[in-house]
Amino acid sequence: MRIRPHRSHPLWLAFLLHRISGLGLALFLPAHFYVLAMAVSRPADLDGFLALTDSPLVKFAEFGLVFLLAVHIFGGLRLMALEWLPWTGWQKTLAASAVGLAFLVSGTFLLQAV
Amino acid sequence: MTTDKADTPGEDIATQVMKVSVWRGDAEAGAYREYSVPLRESQTILDVVAWIQQHEDPTLSYRYACRVGMCGSCAMMVNGQPRWTCRTHVKKVLKDGGLTVAPLRNLPVIKDLATDMDPFFEKWVAAGGVHHPTRSRHDPIDAVTPDSEGRAEADAGIECINCSVCYAACDVVAADADYLGPAALNRAWTLYNDSKDGGGQTILDAVSAHGGCHSCHSQGSCTRFCPNELNPMQSIAGLKRATAWSFLKGGK
Ligand code: SF4
Ligand code: SF4
Ligand code: FES
Repeated sequence: MRIRPHRSHPLWLAFLLHRISGLGLALFLPAHFYVLAMAVSRPADLDGFLALTDSPLVKFAEFGLVFLLAVHIFGGLRLMALEWLPWTGWQKTLAASAVGLAFLVSGTFLLQAV
Repeated sequence: MTTDKADTPGEDIATQVMKVSVWRGDAEAGAYREYSVPLRESQTILDVVAWIQQHEDPTLSYRYACRVGMCGSCAMMVNGQPRWTCRTHVKKVLKDGGLTVAPLRNLPVIKDLATDMDPFFEKWVAAGGVHHPTRSRHDPIDAVTPDSEGRAEADAGIECINCSVCYAACDVVAADADYLGPAALNRAWTLYNDSKDGGGQTILDAVSAHGGCHSCHSQGSCTRFCPNELNPMQSIAGLKRATAWSFLKGGK
């Protein structure tokens, strides 16, 4: 995908990341609730399903999930700061910090998991 | 290609040329046409467009007035980015020896590089961007306090030249024809903070209606491209706060 020239700047990319992570989480949620519901409806199947979570691939997918969550949270906090706190000149730094923090959180999670 | 030495007294005959794609057409249809233009020292995009009109095709339409970044009439899309062409140097934006020049995005095209700016200015008025007087000519002058907080906010956004570069950069304008856009909202914010303007609530009502400040996604393209280095995104954040407080306090 080519990003059109008028969009190639940090805050637009931050917007894109926020939107993609939001959509990703929205897609994940129904699956999440479905599996949770199995605890009530079909406990035996749930155990089988949970065994899957030991596989490295699923671990890596979980890392992605934690990253999406973290980047959406920090990105959201950034936007709330932008709109509610007195203006600061470091909006790009804040956007970069949101991504950095998200990597930190999800990276720590991955290291704990392996 | 031969170049006309008389054009640029005191300069060497340009030997290098650049390929310039210029959008030609009207509201119905159009296409890019390519021109070869001699490369010169200290050449602006507006110089390039003027050269084409003077030497290659006198029917090329475009708009400018001051040539020094004051009037705000010369903005165009250059290599896909909105810019004031009179103060954009070719050297800075030349890509692989070429340029693409198109009419400003998000506005109806009249002909070639000239767009219809009416929707842009109509939205200034719709955003409450007209003076709401508090006194008549018979009253003494209302002195402004330069170091007050409101004055500082107003001053930060006041140097807008109405060039519509921010309006062309904004993706929300592209997606929502009713969105007032960064320049109109920036103007509303300066008036809201102006102690001489008595239209505070009128402005808040105007900018919180459909298509107002709450449609902004804080992508910051306006601020990234404003040639006067204004920060409409910051002004809009101010309006979001002011309208939200006004809603929480008075239900309005
Ligand atoms: S910050 Fe708001 S007004 Fe400025 S370009 Fe982005 S969406 Fe448009
Ligand atoms: S805010 Fe900046 S980009 Fe927008 S119209 Fe004014 S001067 Fe031009
Ligand atoms: S011609 Fe006046 S701003 Fe460019």
